[in-house]
Amino acid sequence: MDADLIATLLFSTLRAGIPLLFCSLGVLLAERSGMLNLGQEGMMLMGAVVGFIVASNSGSPGLGVLAAALTGLAFGALFSLLTLKLQTNQVATGLAMTIFGTGLSAFVGENYVGTSIDGIAPLHIPLLSNLPVVGQALFAQDWLLYLAWALALGSYWLLHRSRWGLMISAVGENPAVAHRLGLPVLRIRALMACIGGVMAALGGAYLSLVYTPLWTEGMTAGRGWIALALVVLAGWRTGLVLVAAHVFGMAGILNLLMQGGGIPVSANLLAMAPYLLCIVALVLLSRQRDFGRYQSPPGLGQNFSPDN
Amino acid sequence: MKLEKRAEPSALMVYLSPVLALLATLLTGAAIFAILGQPPASVMTAFFIDPIRDFYGLSELLLKATPLLLCAVGLSLCFRARVWNIGAEGQFILGTLGGGVVALACNDMESGFGWALLVASLAGMAAGMAWAAIVALLKDRFDCSEILTSIMLNYIALQLLLWAVHGPLKDPAGFNFPESALLVEDLLLPTLHPDYRVHMGLLVALGAAAGLWLLISRSLLGFQVRVFGESSAAAEYAGFSARAILWFVLAACGALAGLAGAFEVLGPVGQVTPNLSAGYGFSAIIVVFLGRNHPVGIVLAGLLFALTFIGGENLQIEFGLPRSITQMFQGMLLFYLLAADFLINYRIRLPGFAAREARA
Repeated sequence: MDADLIATLLFSTLRAGIPLLFCSLGVLLAERSGMLNLGQEGMMLMGAVVGFIVASNSGSPGLGVLAAALTGLAFGALFSLLTLKLQTNQVATGLAMTIFGTGLSAFVGENYVGTSIDGIAPLHIPLLSNLPVVGQALFAQDWLLYLAWALALGSYWLLHRSRWGLMISAVGENPAVAHRLGLPVLRIRALMACIGGVMAALGGAYLSLVYTPLWTEGMTAGRGWIALALVVLAGWRTGLVLVAAHVFGMAGILNLLMQGGGIPVSANLLAMAPYLLCIVALVLLSRQRDFGRYQSPPGLGQNFSPDN
Repeated sequence: MKLEKRAEPSALMVYLSPVLALLATLLTGAAIFAILGQPPASVMTAFFIDPIRDFYGLSELLLKATPLLLCAVGLSLCFRARVWNIGAEGQFILGTLGGGVVALACNDMESGFGWALLVASLAGMAAGMAWAAIVALLKDRFDCSEILTSIMLNYIALQLLLWAVHGPLKDPAGFNFPESALLVEDLLLPTLHPDYRVHMGLLVALGAAAGLWLLISRSLLGFQVRVFGESSAAAEYAGFSARAILWFVLAACGALAGLAGAFEVLGPVGQVTPNLSAGYGFSAIIVVFLGRNHPVGIVLAGLLFALTFIGGENLQIEFGLPRSITQMFQGMLLFYLLAADFLINYRIRLPGFAAREARA
């Protein structure tokens, strides 16, 4: 393989991890407060379709990103309303969200299948982007990718370095105790679920506005579910979420990498890679006693009502 | 308006909330169509009424209900044991492959089609069961979340099906379409009536629902599943093997979902195609919730969901609307159901009403 090919593959590999990174950061933030939303796939698809429709009609991908974020916010708010106010089961509500989002996105996006837009253009950071091999991959990407990395940094600070992070963890660990300590449990949970919705939708928008850029029915292909698994695999740690998102991004484009390396394998069999990797990783993780699931927020998925 | 916790859960609301949820879904659906510039009344009629105006329509309803019911009965067992298997879709797909491979191998036979049909159905069951057994193994041996593993296995199963129809199962005389050869007529399940497509799989599905009822309400094993679902600690204390229950509910669900898949190949579809499942395995999850996890409720909810499938197809034909509307309705219904269940434990108090009561 020559340097150009490696540079191109590195460029694509980093991009492939970004939808997963957005979504899994959102999952991480919400789950730290105890909110388990299995609706990631639905929210990603809604973000992807709304972002694409708005960008396509306005000609501005930036406006598309904004619209996608607002859609995610609406879905996060809906999830909060149902699980916090009406005390619905989080697992069932998330599943409903995935099924509803899959259907609605296909419905509203029907007329946009096969149309194309100018996606978000890459920025060229002067000098650095001319570096050999890594220049293009690290310094000539689009702003949404840099936003994802910035949000990873921000999440790290928020969860592991700030007072807010302690409050969020307290709510996620034991909502009843957090309530007695005077923390606004429901408000914190609602806020984190909304942030989670925004992040999932941004992940979807990255797919439809940068990565492809086009809209097809069900284009997320299980990335929402993989994001949920990534957070478990990363043991609810931000740094590992960042790494895992990029590893799984690479698994997702194994197809492309194999072609680059000139190895002929069935595309369908290669497409299994991220899902298989996920299962293998879950198995390997189970052998690490002090890792992973033992870091899971104890209050995850459990409803809490201050009235009781 | 004020919300107030009921002293006891309302028995009436347990039955009423699915009805309320359905009404709210219909109203919201009509509103969505109106917003999108479609005539709501005629679209809703085309979705919910037109498909079942005649006997043929009703027979198609029963045809679609068959795979839904088989998957839902299996899932019901899992959910009763609080095993969150959402892999019925993948288990269904493995069933189409298992049943399809055996049936295609028998396609050139001279006789013995009855046996071939039986073996193909069993192969579908076995394949579905094996796929579910992976989930059980991963949960039992490695404590992996069954939600995540079963979902991942759904995607792997789908790629496996795509690989099969693009490769080994592809019909050599099929103009390069990713589909298997058509099965000969003798290899298809007998229909219940010569004019209709609904086949004897329906009887198997209804039998499975009845079996579920017997198992849950009349057998020791069913009792153990229920206790395990309520509290795994209590089950262990009572001396039931939690591991055995985990394996049992998953194997049973895999077998039923696999059978549903095999029946689609051996029934209305008659070949292995990439889009054999219209999402039955996913929809069956909502069927179980909507049917209150009770066999009778599941049968009713299964029929309603079958209607959303043929209604979606009808909208596609009559109005050119995408079939995904089906999923939109199904998701919406589950939202409303979950929300309406709030009224089981809470009541709404109107201020004037409360004041009158206070005076009385």
